[in-house]
Amino acid sequence: MPQLDAGARHRVRFTLNGAPAEVEVEPRTLLTDALRHGLGLTGTHVGCEHGVCGACTVAIDGVPARACLTLAVGVEGCDLRTVEGLAPEPGRLGVLQAAFRRHHALQCGFCTAGILMSLDAYLRLRPRAGRAELTEVVGGHLCRCTGYAPILAAALEAAAILRGEDPSGPATREATDAEKAHA
Amino acid sequence: MGIEHIPFVGRSVERVEDAGLLSGRGRYIDDLGTKPGTLHAAILRSPHAHADIVEIDAAAALALPGIAAVITGRDLLDITAGLVPAVRAAVDARAVAVDRVRYVGEPVAVVLGSDRYVAEDGCDLIEVAYRPRPAVVDPLAALAPDAPILHDGVGANQVSDRAFRYGDPEAAFGRAKHTLSVTVRYPRNTGCPMETYGVVAEYDAADDSYDVLANFQGPFSIHAVLARALKVPGNRLRLRTPPDSGGSFGVKQGVAPYAVLIAAAARRVGRPVKWVEDRLEHLAASVSATNRVTTLTAAFDDAGRVEALDWDQVEDCGAYLRAPEPATLYRMHGNMTGAYAIRNVRMRNRVVLTNKTPTGLVRGFGGPQVYYPLERLMQRIAVTLGLDPLEVIRRNLIPADAFPYRTATGALYDSGNYQHALDVAARDGGLAELVRRRAEARAAGRLYGIGYTAAVEPSVSNMGYITTVLTAAERAKAGPKNGAQATATITLDPVGAVTVQVASVPQGQGHRTVLAQVVADVFGIGLDQVRVTADLDTAKDAWSIASGNYSSRFAAAVAGVAHQAALRLREKLAAVAAAQLNLRADDLVFAGGRVGSRTNPDASLPFARVAATAHWSPGLLPDMDGAPIRETAFWTPPQLTAPDEADAVNSSLCHGFIFDFCGVEIDPVTGKIAIDRYVTMHDCGRILHPGMVEGQVRGGFAQALGAAVYEELAYGADGAFLSGTLADYLLPTATEMPELTVLHVESPSPFTPLGAKGVGEGNCMSTPVCLANAVADALSLEAIDLPLTPAKLAALAAGRDEPAPPAGRAGQGAPSRGSKPGDRTMRGEGSARVAAPPEAVWAMLLDPEVLASVIPGAHGVRKRSDTHFTAEVTLGVGPVKGRYKADIRLSDLDPPRAATLAGTVTGALGNGGGSGRITLTPEGPGTRIGYAYEAAVGGKVAAVGGRLLDGAARVIIGGFFAALARRAGGGATAPGLLRRLLARLGITR
Repeated sequence: MPQLDAGARHRVRFTLNGAPAEVEVEPRTLLTDALRHGLGLTGTHVGCEHGVCGACTVAIDGVPARACLTLAVGVEGCDLRTVEGLAPEPGRLGVLQAAFRRHHALQCGFCTAGILMSLDAYLRLRPRAGRAELTEVVGGHLCRCTGYAPILAAALEAAAILRGEDPSGPATREATDAEKAHA
Repeated sequence: MGIEHIPFVGRSVERVEDAGLLSGRGRYIDDLGTKPGTLHAAILRSPHAHADIVEIDAAAALALPGIAAVITGRDLLDITAGLVPAVRAAVDARAVAVDRVRYVGEPVAVVLGSDRYVAEDGCDLIEVAYRPRPAVVDPLAALAPDAPILHDGVGANQVSDRAFRYGDPEAAFGRAKHTLSVTVRYPRNTGCPMETYGVVAEYDAADDSYDVLANFQGPFSIHAVLARALKVPGNRLRLRTPPDSGGSFGVKQGVAPYAVLIAAAARRVGRPVKWVEDRLEHLAASVSATNRVTTLTAAFDDAGRVEALDWDQVEDCGAYLRAPEPATLYRMHGNMTGAYAIRNVRMRNRVVLTNKTPTGLVRGFGGPQVYYPLERLMQRIAVTLGLDPLEVIRRNLIPADAFPYRTATGALYDSGNYQHALDVAARDGGLAELVRRRAEARAAGRLYGIGYTAAVEPSVSNMGYITTVLTAAERAKAGPKNGAQATATITLDPVGAVTVQVASVPQGQGHRTVLAQVVADVFGIGLDQVRVTADLDTAKDAWSIASGNYSSRFAAAVAGVAHQAALRLREKLAAVAAAQLNLRADDLVFAGGRVGSRTNPDASLPFARVAATAHWSPGLLPDMDGAPIRETAFWTPPQLTAPDEADAVNSSLCHGFIFDFCGVEIDPVTGKIAIDRYVTMHDCGRILHPGMVEGQVRGGFAQALGAAVYEELAYGADGAFLSGTLADYLLPTATEMPELTVLHVESPSPFTPLGAKGVGEGNCMSTPVCLANAVADALSLEAIDLPLTPAKLAALAAGRDEPAPPAGRAGQGAPSRGSKPGDRTMRGEGSARVAAPPEAVWAMLLDPEVLASVIPGAHGVRKRSDTHFTAEVTLGVGPVKGRYKADIRLSDLDPPRAATLAGTVTGALGNGGGSGRITLTPEGPGTRIGYAYEAAVGGKVAAVGGRLLDGAARVIIGGFFAALARRAGGGATAPGLLRRLLARLGITR
C-alpha cells in the first residue's frame, strides 16, 4: 500500500464502465466528487453523504458500494461501473432501465441511478430473486417520489425478462433479445 | 371518412423525461458546470438556538491557502435588505444572521474557497464567540408574557392574531345538544427531497444586475421578494432554473433566502459563487412544515350532524416569518369545513415565532394541520354518540346536488359526488371484509382498528388567499390580490417542429410528457414531434407571480393553458391550410401529421408544411392577427377573486375529493403498527395520465406514512436540533410500505380547461389522520398525536396514558418522572476502585499532567489556577469526531473526600456543558471513586449524534476513571469491552 501525502494530489487509475480511466485527487476526495467533478460522470448523485440514502451507489469490482463513503484513492486498480455504463449503447436502454420506464418507476430521477446499480448487481448475483428479496434490496435506498411500488414492479419484471421468461404483463413483451443481452 | 387521431391524453404513455434520467444524463443543478474562476461556498451556521454574536474571528480561515473571502451578515448590510413576508412585522429576516442568531443552523458566515473542501476547512477555522440567550421552542410557551422575545422590535413573539366569523356560530353553539373538543399538537416534518438546494450566482457591476441559477420551484411571487432583498429592480435579477430537479415537494421554495445570500456574496467578492447544500444543512435549516397547536370544537346533534365549528389555531413559523408565510395557515381558509356542509364557523388564527428553523412550503401545505383535528373530531363525535364513524362522515357530507358549492368560509367547490365516492370505495376497497377482519382480530384479543378520513384536496391556489391574514381595511389599502396566472408558449420552427415552453418548473412530475400529450393531440401529430422545455429563465420566458410548481396546479392550470395556446395556434394554421386547400377552415381536421379535409382524404397538407408557412412564405398567409409562429397564452380563472369584506375567500380553484380507510394492527409488546390494508379513493377530475396520477398518489402516501409514523424534525427544550441525519430523521423505505389500493372516480372540474384537478398533495392531508383514527380505534384512545412511534404505541397499548415523548421529540402529552418534555440531559453515575489512598487520588485530580494522561483525547491540559483547568480534547461521537476546547472548574472542594467538576466544551462541531460530583471513599488500602454527572450538548454533535450521546458519554467518562484507576495503581474498571468501545468511538489517547 503506497504512502499518501495528505497535502498532495495523487493520480488514481482504474477501469470505468469498461474503459481505462484516471483522475487526480487529494487523499480525502470522495469517490462521488472524483466521478462527478473530476471525470464529469454526473449520473452518480449525492443525496446525503452519510451512506443512508443510496443515491450514490456504484459497483466496485461488481459489488455495490456507497461512493460517498469511499475515498477515490481507494479504487486504484478496481473495476468500476456507474449508471452511465448500464445502457447497451447511447440512445438505448438496458432491460432494467426499460422496465423502469414502462412502470413509471422514477419521477425526479435523482435516486434512480443508485437503485439501478444495486438491482443490477443483485440480479447478476441472484437472478431468481423474488419480491421479498428485491424489497430488501430496494429497502437500502431512499426514494421520495414513487412510493417504491412501481420500482419493485419494474425490478420483478426485469428479473423475469433477464431469465428469459415471459413476464405476465403484455407491456413487457416488447423487450427484445438484444435488450436481454444488456442488463 | 378522413384521417383520425387517437388521443394521447388519458393514456399512460412512457415519459419523455425518462431515457435521459435512467442513463445518468439528467441535468440537475450540480451537473451543469460553472464558469472558470467560480468560487465554492460553505456556510458556517449557528450551533445555538438563540444567542448574541459577540465576535467573529476569521483570521485563521483567511490565512488558509485557497480561501478568497469570509462574508458575514454585517458585510452584506449595505447591499441587501430583509426578506419581506406577507404580514407587516418588525422582523428583519436576513439571509445571514446580523449580530444575533435565532435558530440552530442559521447562517453566520459564508466562506468562499477554490473548492468546497477548502471552503469547509475555512469554516472550521472561524472562531465565533456567542453569548447564549434563553430559547423558546414551544409555540404556546412563546405566547407567555415572560417568554424570551426573539425580535425586540416586535416586543412579543406573536406576529398576527386574527378572528373570523362565518354564519352564526354563537347561535349554533348556544342551541347545540352536544359539544366536543379535540386538541392537537401537529409536529414538524419536511418533504425531504433527495436533491438538496443549490445556487450559482453572479453579479455584473457594469449593469448592476444579478444572474442566479437555483433549483427554486416557485411561486415566482418570491422573485419580487428576492429582487427587493438584493436591492435591484426585477429586470436586473435574472433567475434561472436547471432543466432537472431532484424533487421538491414544496421544500425548494425555501432555497430563496440562499439565492439572496449567494448572490450578495458573489457581488461582494466580484466572482461567480456556487453553493450546494449538504444533508445536515438541509435537515437542520432548509425549511420545515409548520407545527401547530389546534383546539377544534364542534356543536352537533344526536345524529352526529355538525352545526358549527370553532377553530383555535396557533401556528409556529419558526424564527423568522419568511414569504410566503404565514401562508400555511391560510391556504386552507376556504376549506375549514372539509368535505362537510357546515354553515357556522368561528376561527382564531395566531402566528408565533420560536427558536426553530423558519417554515415554508411542504407538500400538503396546511392540509395535514387542518384535517388532523377535523377528522379526529369526526371520529370522536361518532365514538361519543356510539355511532359508526363512517356514518357520521356520511351524514355531514356536502350533498351531491349542491355543486358548485360555496363553503361557509368562501371556497367554491367545483364538482364532486362524495357519497358515490364513498360507496365505490367501500365496495371496491373491501370495507366489509376489513370490518370482519377487525371482529376476528378483536375476538382473538388482538389490537386492531379501522380509520376513516374524508378530505377535500384544494389545488391551484388563489394568489390572494394569503391577504386574508390582513383585515379588510388593510387589504383595501394594499389593493386587492387574486387570481392564478398560468402561462404557456408554443413555437413553430422553420421546419414545422413544435416547441412548448412553460413556467411550471417541474421537479420530477413529468410535466414535459403531459404537455407533449396535450399539444400533440391538438395538432394531430406524434408525441415525438413535440419538444417541451421546462427550465425557466425570468429574463426571456413568459411567467407571472403564480408560476411555479406548487399547490398541485400543473394539470388543472398549466396543462390547460398549454391546450389553449395550442388551440389558438391551430385556429391560425387552419386558416393557412384552408387558403391553400381552398376549403373552409371549419372543414379541416388535424390528424396523422396532416391537415386535411374532414371528408376528402385526398385534400390534405403535411402539418409541418402548414406550420412552416409563416417562416418561408408569409405572403401566403391570409389576414390574421399576428403570424402563426409563436403563441403565448395566459390564463387565470375568474372564480379566484380577492377575499371579500367579510373575509370569505375562494382560496383554491379546484377541489378534489379523497376518501381513505385502513385497518391497522398494533403489536401490544413492541408497539409496531402493521397496516393490514390501506384504501385511498381519489376524485381528481379528468385524469390526463393514469400512470402519473398513480405515481402522485403512491408517492404522497409514502410521504404521509413517514410523517405519520416515523418522521419528526425534533428539537431539545433548549432549541438544539436533534435530527440532522437520515438515520435520525427516518424516511420510509420499501420495506415499510404496505399494500395500497388506489381507486378513482372522475368528476371533471367545470372551471379548468381540461377538466383536471390537482392530485399530488391529497394523501399528505388524509393519510396521517386516517392512520391515527385507526390507532385510536384499536386502542380506544381519546387523544393521539403524531408521530405514531412504536415506543408511544407500546406504552398506550399497555393501557397507560399517552407517555411523554422520547427525549427531544415535540412536547406532547404529559411529562413523566419529573423530566421536562424535550429534556435530553444525559445523566449517569458509577464508581471505580483504585489501589491508591484518597489523598493520593486527590492530588492526582488536581495535577494537570495526570489529567492530561487520563482525560480521554486530551492534548494539553493547562492549569489556570488551583481550581481552573483548560484543555484541548479530541472526542468522537458516532460519525462526528472533532477537537474541542474544554474549560473545567473545580468547586465545593472537600479534600480529600469530594469535589464538584463543572465544565464546558466548545468546538466547530458543537458545544456542551455539564457538572459532576466526585467522591473519594477509603476502601481497604485503596479508594472507591464515586461519580454522578449531568451533561447536555448542542450544535452539530446533537443533530447527528443524538442517538449515540448517552452511550458515548458513559464510555468517555468511564474511560476517564479507568485511566485514573490505572494511573493510581490498579482497579479493574476498564474491561476489554470498554476499551474496544473507546477505540470504536474514535477516542484517541
